[in-house]
Amino acid sequence: MPLAWIRKTCACVVMLALFHACGPTPDEGATKTSSAHPTLYYFTWSDYVGPALIEEFERQSGAKVVVDTFGSNEELLAKLQSGATGYDVAVPSDFMVSIMIKLGLLAALDLARIPNAGLLVAQLQSLPFDPDHRYSIPYLWGTVGIGYDSAVVSPSPDSWDALWDSHYKGRISMLNDQREVFGMALRSIGASMNTRDPATIERAKQKLLEQKPLIKAYTSENYDQLLAAGEVALAHGWGGAIARAMAQRPSIRYVIPKEGATIWADCLVVLQSSRNKDLAMRFVNFLLDRNVAAHTTNRLRFASSNREAKTLVDMELQANPAVYPPDSVLDRLEWMQDVGETIRLYDRGWTELKLR
Amino acid sequence: MKSRRWLLGISMANVMFLYGPIAVLIVFSFNSSRLSATWTGATLHWYRELASDRALYAAVQNSLVVAGCSTIIAAMLGVAAAVGLESLPTIRRQAVEGAMLLPLVVPEVMLGVALMLFFVTIKVPLSLLTVTIGHAAFNLPVVMVIVRARLRKIDPHLLQAAYDLGATPWNAFRRVTLPLLAPAILGGVLMAFTISLDDFIVTFFTGGPGSTTLPLKVYSMIKSGVSPEINALSTVLVVLSMALVALAAVLQRRGHGVENR
Amino acid sequence: MPPSSPNSTDRRHLFSWPLVPAVLWMGAFFALPLLVVLAISFASRGPYGGVEWTFSLTNYALIADPLYLKIYGRSLWLAAATTAICLLIGYPLAYYIARAPKQWQAIWLLIVIIPFWTNFLVRTYAWMFILRAEGVLNTVLLKTGLIHASIDILYTDMAVLIGLVYGYLPFMVLPLYAAIERLNPSLVEAAWDLYADGWSVLWRVIFPLTKTGVAAGCLLVFIPSVGAYITPDLLGGARTMMAGNLIQHEYLVIRDWPFGSAISFVLMAVVLLGVMLYFKAGGALDVEEERR
Repeated sequence: MPLAWIRKTCACVVMLALFHACGPTPDEGATKTSSAHPTLYYFTWSDYVGPALIEEFERQSGAKVVVDTFGSNEELLAKLQSGATGYDVAVPSDFMVSIMIKLGLLAALDLARIPNAGLLVAQLQSLPFDPDHRYSIPYLWGTVGIGYDSAVVSPSPDSWDALWDSHYKGRISMLNDQREVFGMALRSIGASMNTRDPATIERAKQKLLEQKPLIKAYTSENYDQLLAAGEVALAHGWGGAIARAMAQRPSIRYVIPKEGATIWADCLVVLQSSRNKDLAMRFVNFLLDRNVAAHTTNRLRFASSNREAKTLVDMELQANPAVYPPDSVLDRLEWMQDVGETIRLYDRGWTELKLR
Repeated sequence: MKSRRWLLGISMANVMFLYGPIAVLIVFSFNSSRLSATWTGATLHWYRELASDRALYAAVQNSLVVAGCSTIIAAMLGVAAAVGLESLPTIRRQAVEGAMLLPLVVPEVMLGVALMLFFVTIKVPLSLLTVTIGHAAFNLPVVMVIVRARLRKIDPHLLQAAYDLGATPWNAFRRVTLPLLAPAILGGVLMAFTISLDDFIVTFFTGGPGSTTLPLKVYSMIKSGVSPEINALSTVLVVLSMALVALAAVLQRRGHGVENR
Repeated sequence: MPPSSPNSTDRRHLFSWPLVPAVLWMGAFFALPLLVVLAISFASRGPYGGVEWTFSLTNYALIADPLYLKIYGRSLWLAAATTAICLLIGYPLAYYIARAPKQWQAIWLLIVIIPFWTNFLVRTYAWMFILRAEGVLNTVLLKTGLIHASIDILYTDMAVLIGLVYGYLPFMVLPLYAAIERLNPSLVEAAWDLYADGWSVLWRVIFPLTKTGVAAGCLLVFIPSVGAYITPDLLGGARTMMAGNLIQHEYLVIRDWPFGSAISFVLMAVVLLGVMLYFKAGGALDVEEERR
């Protein structure tokens, strides 16, 4: 039975080859290969990955970079809590940094290894959640506002209530982010986005429920595409993404509503479970380098935390309020903060909003 | 018969339904416009972008490794299980068989979540290894079912004859049962491999650093927005799948040829 | 020739030990994890997620909220609709293939299976591409003047339904084909000879004789559809939540693992109930039929 023999031999060969490839898991692999080719595990937002950047770092450091992505702060935390240890560098947002500090997930940073951290923009030099930058360095920052197609939407919106305008029913998109959506609703009723008052949260939730029939989609990732393609007329989104949409459809504008909005900063952190903290800090320093930062800003259209990077950025971006918020809006911006136990009220409200 | 033509019509409509989206994907992978569905000119730009996407290659490699390893585990254990079941008395056999088939009726989300929680509880970090373990767990019943179906059709007198001629149990298995089971094993392996390559949910929950497989990568590409690079990727995958199926068909025919001696 | 059951003396050459590794594997990586989920469903959530091992039944009590019951309802409804549509359009196709000449049957089956061989996410993406406001469907309809403004299909329940039907149609066609193929054509001919009209032939002869195939196909479509996750996520725009999405939401967004576990268990119970009803109604695994 030659055929059976051929099959068996093939099976053995394949088995051997695959076990050889299968053998070292990332955990074992990291320690085994650390002498030859160290590997850096980078966990970041889906749109932050820049292949050119990664290759540049790999060339400079001789390390290999493996990138995994997440879509929201909650997803990041959930993955870390569910045993996805082994990441070296992650990019949580401001309030998530304070939660991660409380949970002991972050390694203390040696700022001597991260000289670029000394070049931070004024607004980011002393942040509520980590004033001395012991655990985190701001990386990209910006605002959240409304992107709209000025050719379709008039008069120009200046309030969050524009997102409740039934005139644009089915052509509004909202972020798929619990804190941002609630934060926006809370500001629109005149409350702080970090409120812990159940009655206020309930009111915000009711207002969001009223809005739901008008929403086309809750998305944190492709609302810039929806806006640029004309599928939505108004999009709740991060400034940089709206700026990207502007490049594809010039009639798009960005506004930070008068009731106030979020100022956010995504921060680079080194995880406590990292096996290669030196390499991790080197990577953090690399990302903060002004040339690399300027390159990132040009590509993603999010402002870099490095104050020297701004001059290296494209002229039109420097003047774009979606990328660099003008001083005039700074006083109505609010930082998102950890609300402790009250998050359960937000959780329940968010679930209810999604389910109805 | 008139009804025959009517049936043919529905069947063709079905085929168009099945292939339409794939055809659309392929056609538009050559479209130079990034966003709209109107044809603005032919280009290979997206294929070039695809070819230089290194993260994608890593994802494909991960997928192949996981699929290969988990399929081998599932095949070995599944065939062994199918054979072992044959020796049990009916009621016990049906009970065990039923229990082994449970993963097929449990929603995939549940499998993924259960495995994730299990690994967290026993403090095993998530990685490609945990993904492979999960894949083997849901592929085992698949192989077992396919092999069992074939095993039942095998005339037990053949085995009996082998024993009467002095064969040891292992030899009887190796030279009588195994060759007769070969097409089913092949079918089971192919099925398990495909299911593993395609799996998203279990991988999503049980994956750790560096465990991005192809479906996961495609998912994040889709979420990041519409890009014809995904169309180009789809076209490549479709062509590859068809080639694999053609290969399997040819091998199958050869196998039948040998058996029907 | 139908195989006869091995008599008791033959069993001495059959060993049950090969079964052991498989049972161990499934025990460790299927049964145990499920037990872990069950255990966690009775626990409480820690302050920032994670599990606090204090016994509590509140999770199950919370599920009784109409909010969550509605999700189960919607999932069951969408799954049932998917199954029904798959049956409706799959049965004629399966019948046609089963009645085709033998050499064509293999080719037809391949034709049905090949789309299944492409990546599921890619196929779902194809539908996103087609159903978008500026997608292929709308562009074609607009250009031919059949409609005057884009129809909103993507990010609605309809899109999810289309996606589900598309994804699981082969699962319906294949068992149906297997059952119809075993149908004795002379029975059908006899019905025609006895002056039955087309509808009667279908409903009173063909359909009942292929009952096991229908049941198998329905199960194979219904079960995955209930727990579907990707299709409602990508095609429903995070607006249409099905049970699968809710479970993911509880685990990866809210990080309330105990509650998520409770929801998962109830879902599994619902699905298992359906399966048991199928077996009760006289159904059996197709392969058992051959023994008779």
